Formats: sequence, C-alpha cells, structure tokens
Amino acid sequence: MRHRVLPVLAVVAALVVVWYGAAVWLNAAWAQDRAARAGVELGLVELVADTWAQDKPKLPAPHQVAEEIWRTTAGQKITSRRSLLHHSWVTLSATLLGFAFGTALGIGLAVGIVHSRVMDMSVMPWVIASQTIPILAIAPMIIVVLNAVGISGLLPKAMISMYLSFFPVVVGMVKGLRSPGLMQLDQMKTWNASPAQTFWRLRLPASVPYLFASMKVAIAASLVGAIVGELPTGAVAGLGARLLAGSYYGQTIQIWSALFMAAALAALLVALIGALQRVVLRRMGMG
Amino acid sequence: MMGWIVAGIAGWGLGMGINMRLARLPGSRAAGPLAPVVFGVTLLWIWECFVRGLGVPGVILPPPSAIALRLADSTAILWQDFVQTAIRGALTGYVFGCGAAFLTAVAVDRFAFLRRGLLPVGNFVAALPIIGMAPILVMWFGFDWQSKAAVVVVMVFFPMLVNTVEGLQASERMQRDLMHTYAAGYWQTLRRLRLPAAMPFVFNGLKITTTLALIGAIVAEFFGSPIKGMGFRISTSVGQLALDLVWAEIVVAALAGSAFYGAVAALERAVTFWHPSQRGRAG
Repeated sequence: MRHRVLPVLAVVAALVVVWYGAAVWLNAAWAQDRAARAGVELGLVELVADTWAQDKPKLPAPHQVAEEIWRTTAGQKITSRRSLLHHSWVTLSATLLGFAFGTALGIGLAVGIVHSRVMDMSVMPWVIASQTIPILAIAPMIIVVLNAVGISGLLPKAMISMYLSFFPVVVGMVKGLRSPGLMQLDQMKTWNASPAQTFWRLRLPASVPYLFASMKVAIAASLVGAIVGELPTGAVAGLGARLLAGSYYGQTIQIWSALFMAAALAALLVALIGALQRVVLRRMGMG
Repeated sequence: MMGWIVAGIAGWGLGMGINMRLARLPGSRAAGPLAPVVFGVTLLWIWECFVRGLGVPGVILPPPSAIALRLADSTAILWQDFVQTAIRGALTGYVFGCGAAFLTAVAVDRFAFLRRGLLPVGNFVAALPIIGMAPILVMWFGFDWQSKAAVVVVMVFFPMLVNTVEGLQASERMQRDLMHTYAAGYWQTLRRLRLPAAMPFVFNGLKITTTLALIGAIVAEFFGSPIKGMGFRISTSVGQLALDLVWAEIVVAALAGSAFYGAVAALERAVTFWHPSQRGRAG
C-alpha cells in the first residue's frame, strides 16, 4: 500500500506547488498594476501574498478554490440557488438518467448484435462511426429542438448523456456476450440448452465483468454530456451553467470550484460503480 | 402526404430485405462493406419520407435533401469554418498535445517512482470532465484559435500519456534481458525494442484522442470565438433557427472526424503490421 500511496502523494504535492507558482506568475502583472496605480512599491512577500488573494485572479490559488467550495457547500442551505450542492444535484440527476438510458440502450443493442447477423453487419459499423462524430457539438441543437417540441429541463440533457454513454456499453457488452469459449458453448449444446437458456445461464453472466468495465467509462462520459448539455440555451442551474456564468462575469474562482465539484462527482461515480462491481462479482463467485 | 409515408415504409422493408439476404450469403466478405451502406441509405430514406410525409417543420428537423442542398450552397462558409476549427484549432492542439504527452511518457518511464505516482493521477484526470477547462483557457489565450488549440492540448494529454506509459511497459522481461545480453544501451533498447512494442498502445491513444480533439475545439468555441468556426456557426445558427446550416456543419464535422480517425487507423496498420490484431487483414 505504501509502495503506491507515496508516489501518488508526491506527484499531487508537486502539482500543488506548481499551481501556487503559476498563480504567482500569472497574477503578478495585475498585482503590480494595481500597486503602481496606488503608488506603492511591492516587496516580494507582499507580491506573493497579493497574487494568492485577488478577487478575480487569472488563476486562483488552491486555498481560494477550497474556500469557495466550502462556502458554497457547507455555508449554504442545500435548496439555495447559491449552493454548489444544489447545482451538482441538477447535473447529477441528468447524468444518472442519461446513464440509465444509455446503459439500457447499449445492452439492448449488444444483445441484438450478438444474436442477429443482420444487425451485426449493418448496425455495428454505424455504432463505431457514430463516435467519430463530435456529438457534443450538436448538443445545443438537440436542446433547442427538444425545447421547440415542448420537452425541456432534465430530458434533453439526459439524451446527450445517453448518446455519449451508450457506445462504451455496446462495445463492452458485445465483447462480453461473445466471451464464452467454444468449449462452453458446446457444453450448453450437449445439455440441449435453448438459445434463451444459453443467453441467461452462460452469456449474460460471462459478460458482467465487461459490463462493469464499460459502465465506468460510460458514467464519466455521461457526466461530461450533462455538463456540456447545460452550456447552450443559458441554463440557470447545474455545474455547466456555473461554468458559463463564471466565464461571462470573469468569476474565475467560481469556474474552478465548479470544475473541482465536477471532478469530485466524476471520481465519486466511478468509485461507486467500482464498489458495486466488487460486490456483484464476489456474489457471483468471480471476484 | 400519405404517399411519402408509404414510400418510407416500403424503403424500410426493401433495405431490411436486402440486408437479410446479404447476411445469409455464404461468403460474406464482399457483402461486408455493403450491409452498413444499405442500412445508412435506408435510414436517410426513411428520414426524408417521414419528415415530408408528416410535415415536420424545417426548424425542428430538416429533411436530408435540404441539408445536402445547403451543404452544396455554402461551401465557402463551411470551408472557412473547417480551416478555423479543425485545422488551426483541433489539429494544432492534437499534434502539440500528443507530442508533449509522448515525450513526457518517455521521460517519466525512466523513473519507476514517477511512473507509479503519475499513472493513477493520469488515469484519474483522464476520466475528469476536462472540457470544463475551456472557459478558463479561453480567458487566458483569447478568443482566436490559440485558445482552442490549448483546450485540445489539455484534453488529449492525459489519455495519450497513460497509453504511452502503459505501452512502454509492454515489452517482456525476456526481451529486455536479451537486449541486455546484446550490450544494448538504454537508448538502443528504447529505439529497437520498447518503442516498437509500445506502438499498439500509442496508436490506441492516438485514435481515442482524435474525437476528443474535434470535440474540444468545437465546444471551446461556445465560450467565445471570432465570427468563424464550426462551434460558433452551430451556436449562432441554432439561435437563428437555420437548422439546415447546423446539420450541414454537423455533416462536415462527422466527415472530418471520420477522416481523421481513418487516417490514424491507416497509419497504425502501416506501423504495427506485425501485431496480431493487424495480421491477416491485408490478404
């Protein structure tokens, strides 16, 4: 354990040091500017202190971001519009809904592809091609169009999440459903198992490890989809809306805190799926 | 009205019939590339017929023919946007980002301590919604393509780094020992054994990041851009309800993305012809 934790801590510490240094470097110009206008000469210590405590710095120092996150999570009521938790929840709900849709669609497509040659030949190449299309680019259109049809709020964002998350699931599940070897399939045949029985007893259980691996990728993609889905149309709530508002008003600290919240959310979701994976696989005797 | 819907359903049946026939052919090698084409054409036909048959207004979903017309009409605008976003933004950022990640990976690989520390951090960062960095980078580097390239650099760096570091571990102990008995130095081992062995992983990273690069460049334009670029055009045309232009822009993006991916995949086949996943494809 120490073998692995120590290097990671060292790298993270190095990143934080670099960050503080970069904050001094990037914010120095503004600090000097202000000092010159006030007619004061800044010493090195004052300069550094100033760059780490500006209102709208080019790069906020880590402790400023941490303060902002603490202020907007613990310092606010959860229902308040100022609470970052409220915004996180808005994004999270779209993420989870889209992820659920995407996983269901992905599993459905994979089952079809594995069982039908026609689908394998005609759909699979398009599933792959669909990912070379920068789908996030059309997120604004999906949202505007669905708005015009009268669907707004959670669902359009979830659609984008769904589109981003179904692909890893299809690819992983196709691989997983095809993972039983010829010997195992022959064994099922000697037991006179029907295709349905082969599916439920052999293919599906064999695909579970693959499913979890792709779900980890899918949920991260789903979160990105939900955040980008909030960017156009001037959404009023959600982490993406915080990013956009922050960039309009130059509130860098707000942008960074939203960014870190998104990172924490991503880490949490991936960790949750990892935990679920361990429990399920152990239950199935594969862990 | 009704005629279009009937034609659509007829086209659906025809396409499905052809594909079922194709799937049952014994030597399906020739039919391989044909089936997806039939599927795609059928899909476009159904789209066209239903949009016309049901009278869907063009501001919600234009038919493919209108999109094709618009595409042919506004090649000048589309080309200008393509150069701004795909070449200047995405391609520059892709080259710099992947190059930097590759060099960093080679450097990191020399120190086991760094590698053990950087790999989990890199894996973590690669899963983060990096696209959120876009507003910050636009603030730092201005509205023009430089900021888009910067977003792309940040987006492609970590997936590429993780893949390359993993690839440099891919050569086996025995092989490295053999190089040692040949009295090969670090650089010789790197050039003759470890880099070639890493190539499948490197190309995996290069392929994943092609899409990321285009996405990054386009989405970064939502946060501010000069009055050209694919992301700019998409977001303003949506506002003007000129959806046929948006779709034309999407077609260009899709073609660019597929061509980009295809080019990297072709390069991969040329470089890693020895790898099991590539063998037997040439014949």
